[in-house]
Amino acid sequence: MRLIEWRDRTAPLPDAVAPLLARGNGRSRGDVCRNDGGVLLLTRGMDCMIAFDRATGILDCEAGMLLGDLLHWCLPQGWMLPVVPGTRFVTVGGAIANDVHGRNHRVAGSFGRHVLEMDLLRSTGEHLRIGPTERADLFAATIGGLGLTGLITRVRLRMIPISSNLMLTESIRFGHLDAFWEINDRLGPEWAYTMARIDCITRGRSLGRGVFFAGRHAPPQPAGTRVPGWRDRSRSLPFDLPSSLINRYTVRAFNAVYYRTAAFAGRRLQHVQGHLFPLDRVHDWNRIHGRRGCYPYHCVLPHAHARDGIRTLLKRIAASGQGSFLAALKTFGDLPAPGLLSFPRSGVTLALDFANRGSRTLRLLADLDDIVSAAGGALYPGKDARMSVTMFRRGFPQWERFATLVDPAFSSTFWRRMNP
Amino acid sequence: MSAAPRRIAIFGATSRIATEAARLWLARGVALVVVARNPERLRMLTEDLGIRAGGLAEVDAMTADLADLDTLPGLWNSLTERFPDLDGVLLAHGSLPDQARCEATPETMLQEIRMNALSAMSLLTVIANDFEARHRGIIAVIGSVAGDRGRSRNYVYGAAKGMLAIFLQGLRNRLHGSGVTVITLKPGYVITPMTQGFDREGLLGARPERVARGVVRAFDRRRDVVYLPWFWRPILWAIRLIPEPVFKRLPL
Repeated sequence: MRLIEWRDRTAPLPDAVAPLLARGNGRSRGDVCRNDGGVLLLTRGMDCMIAFDRATGILDCEAGMLLGDLLHWCLPQGWMLPVVPGTRFVTVGGAIANDVHGRNHRVAGSFGRHVLEMDLLRSTGEHLRIGPTERADLFAATIGGLGLTGLITRVRLRMIPISSNLMLTESIRFGHLDAFWEINDRLGPEWAYTMARIDCITRGRSLGRGVFFAGRHAPPQPAGTRVPGWRDRSRSLPFDLPSSLINRYTVRAFNAVYYRTAAFAGRRLQHVQGHLFPLDRVHDWNRIHGRRGCYPYHCVLPHAHARDGIRTLLKRIAASGQGSFLAALKTFGDLPAPGLLSFPRSGVTLALDFANRGSRTLRLLADLDDIVSAAGGALYPGKDARMSVTMFRRGFPQWERFATLVDPAFSSTFWRRMNP
Repeated sequence: MSAAPRRIAIFGATSRIATEAARLWLARGVALVVVARNPERLRMLTEDLGIRAGGLAEVDAMTADLADLDTLPGLWNSLTERFPDLDGVLLAHGSLPDQARCEATPETMLQEIRMNALSAMSLLTVIANDFEARHRGIIAVIGSVAGDRGRSRNYVYGAAKGMLAIFLQGLRNRLHGSGVTVITLKPGYVITPMTQGFDREGLLGARPERVARGVVRAFDRRRDVVYLPWFWRPILWAIRLIPEPVFKRLPL
């Protein structure tokens, strides 16, 4: 893999003898950000702001800009990104290429919905301006396009005004899956940001117990109120822990403690970043899985089959005893995502991590695939290293149209895997 | 001791470390003058800094070829004419030479010495006199841990940075008591996106953001010699202790 540091948005693409791929901060948890045998264009150094309209909140910036840097700058001025994923350590270009979603999907849709325009560098030498009305086909392919349509250099985004950088948040414990649906239906209309953490070890009557987190932007607080601040005081895990650390006993214990304590806070004020990026507090947290790593699994099931589907998935996971402690469950709303390969769609989405136990884990994931397929669901390419070609094509029926818009000089390990 | 600088001039402002330091200073409301060679890159940087500053701090730019030594006194004069309140300087320009080419031709070698040492030393000569007369100011220069001991892989670069470090030592000695602070910054491996996460240099490598935070902190604390990150100080101390008969055999 050859690496080229990319800092200049006006530079031409290299004459490539091998396939090119842009890589932002490399946080995709699979092979969509890998390009074995090819060239990676590393875009983190291309992170300048270009223009900002304080009246409308419309921002032009380069694609290598980190969402975290953007938030650090815009929150104190009363602006917020309309959609943020669970980590702020991704670039704007990466957020578009994976058409990421956040806890507020029901009201805001996916990230791509707030992209007004982009500049896309193609291997033909063209530097194209693309948008919902300008070269709309290429725009639709680039959103969620896994970096395959060319190099995104400039992005125009719409930000939303906020009246404080605080959120009013609520955490509620629920004892089983049915209670989740009830809370989700009840709190959904009032709270823009919702998700739940699920214990995927417990079975029987406690199947799918967990903690529900709801949040919404808080109004300005009266002067003199003690408000929670936020400091970027993250720790990092400097080395791989032994792989055996994550086992059914440690996970069971962790989940039990988490279930009993995470909702203690009840209703409170939290800083936006503290509420939305809890995992960012530990850099390189993935190292808890050791050298063997883990397989993330992130699926979406359409509403019609969601309740049965999620229950079946959780049962199968609990029976395997392989569940990890990062299961996240939330609902997607009906706002359509603009990308041909966008993952977010109306339905319910479940995200988990499985410690890599070799073929045993792969067999479990294949079983989960069957359940997801039967429910008419799809898997998230940004968190995949193993889905089958059939699974991909079923989940993303527009893949053929997408393929015609891929830049012939661009490819990725994922894309080659999906086009054997 | 005078207060924190109000306006800092950054030479070689489009380098990663300098850009990150500029962003940090702006966030605190320090006015900046950014100087670099490439007008297009400089324009993009100024745009970026202007938006980040959001009207809270002034950002100005000037293009200059810092390898053209004869023009440097004139450059400094025009800067101080436009910005009489300049009281901080960060010299971040330089190049990372191709050691093999430096070994092959004296011209290349001399050109790298010029870019990495003579240019900064020429500028420093004018700046030091100016700040000394005004009894205030902070001068910081980005050197390198490579200047602490010569090794086969990069001794031309090392020689330039070493010359710069000794020059700064003398300057610091001369200006002591005049109200002017002279800071030598010695970064170790800086992870550009180029090396990030792909090789084991990552163990000692620091991101430009982290190095830039160290630069800003060095200004705040008016330090003399700063290794960035700090752990390079004991490492270089140990490296300097190795006797030459042993050191020359090491594959460095």
